Amino acid sequence: MSEGDDLLVVREVVAGYGAAPVLHAVDLTVPAGTIAAVVGANGAGKTTLLRTISGVLRPQAGRIELAGEDLRGVPVERLVHRGMAHVPEGRGVIGELTVDENLRLGGLWRRDRSDAARALDEVYQLFEPLARRRRHLGHQLSGGERQMLALGRALVGRPRLLLLDEPSLGLAPRVVARIMALLRQLRDSTGLTVLLVEQNVRSALSVADQGVVMSLGRVVTTAPAADLRDDVDLRHAYLGF
Amino acid sequence: MDRFVFLTLDGLSRGAVYAAFALALVLIWRAARVVNFAQGAMAVAAAYVAYSVATATGSYWLGFVVALVGGLLLGALVDRAVMRHVDHTSPLNPVIVALGLVLLIQAVLGMVYGSEFRPAEAPFSRGAFTVGGLAVLSPYDLFVFGAVTVVVCALAWIFARTAVGLRMRAAAFAPEVSRLLGVNVGGMLTLGWALASGVGALAAMLVIPTELGLHPHAMDLVFVSSFTAAVVGGLDSPPGAVVGGLIVGLLLSYVSGYAGSDLTPLAVLVLLLAVLLVRPGGLFAPVAARRV
Repeated sequence: MSEGDDLLVVREVVAGYGAAPVLHAVDLTVPAGTIAAVVGANGAGKTTLLRTISGVLRPQAGRIELAGEDLRGVPVERLVHRGMAHVPEGRGVIGELTVDENLRLGGLWRRDRSDAARALDEVYQLFEPLARRRRHLGHQLSGGERQMLALGRALVGRPRLLLLDEPSLGLAPRVVARIMALLRQLRDSTGLTVLLVEQNVRSALSVADQGVVMSLGRVVTTAPAADLRDDVDLRHAYLGF
Repeated sequence: MDRFVFLTLDGLSRGAVYAAFALALVLIWRAARVVNFAQGAMAVAAAYVAYSVATATGSYWLGFVVALVGGLLLGALVDRAVMRHVDHTSPLNPVIVALGLVLLIQAVLGMVYGSEFRPAEAPFSRGAFTVGGLAVLSPYDLFVFGAVTVVVCALAWIFARTAVGLRMRAAAFAPEVSRLLGVNVGGMLTLGWALASGVGALAAMLVIPTELGLHPHAMDLVFVSSFTAAVVGGLDSPPGAVVGGLIVGLLLSYVSGYAGSDLTPLAVLVLLLAVLLVRPGGLFAPVAARRV
């Protein structure tokens, strides 16, 4: 695949929370219209990687490009304008706001008000339970509903790149399967590119095109997800199953 | 009975001002988790600007508008120039900085305007209407009620119904998530300070003509009463601030009417102490508090 088709390019990124970096020269490319799953044990730096890509954490070195544009110096709140949506770990549903307010918040930045309204309707169609609980507060929702809400809120912005941090956390296997299937469906129907961080390696690799294995702040292996699923040695060494 | 009716109406009129001022405190608390102890001094500064404009132009209303605009700008300035740069890891830091700001503003006002009381005119008569031999509200009281009602309704509408209100609430509840959703959290914070300071300036414009006059310390007691009102309401709840303000206004009116006006500052402090001891979350405390 040529360089121009890569939506997200991460080059030699070093980042962390103090003197000692968490990420040591991480390299990663995600081609447009594909799903990449970053897997690895606790403390491998998966969440830190997503936070660095979305600019919440500033890299100490290295380069991050979205569709060929350098993201250095772009404020976090401007990244939605460039087509990046980040659903943080713990989902980031604002509990004090209603379902409807949470969803509208995802499209407030858009100039095209009519398309924002259309996107909102689409999300309600996609996630039927949310439409029934429009007026409920975020903290009244179940775990699965919250995940739908966080995901739906990101989709209202019609992103090109979706960063998803641990979408399966604390959810029943059936709900996880539905969310993974939805990601695949969005990739096929809208060309959405997804960078997924998961502890739930099996379901992540089952939906992804590309698997990225991280360990102690480094990318150990990048390979087609199907190959990773079948690579027994690698699974034993880094993924624990 | 006549006396009771009069004291009640007078208390509600004062309470409306406390409600507005308490609302300003709650706005900043919700947005920035800071109790703005400088709010009284900031509001007096805006009132002094109005005084200058009114004496220069002869128009009370021009001064009134300038006070509100000046209040908005002063709030934005305080956030951008001072509070933004304060380390918020300890809640004590912004409190101390705010107290420093009080000293600074009052000293500057004293230097520019002198520390004597200046007469502050009321735009409407303060003489009460009489209904059946009973002294009830004055035109000025009605103006106070009207102004406070308009501001409370406008704020409620902004926060509940508009996009910028939704952004402000989101930014206050979950700053990081809001930034990821494209909300300019810093800008929302500045806007919150500006709105609060504007409401504070309005409260000062309303209350100062009913007291001794304009003075750098004119809002000190009003601040204590309004802070109590905000605490009674739970510090986190705008409706609570309004109800708290009316409660404090009534209490002070009854105390000064039945027991003597010397006792009113004491009564406020007793109420503050009682609420903090018995129900520290205020009357309108939500069931589960958010940890910050």
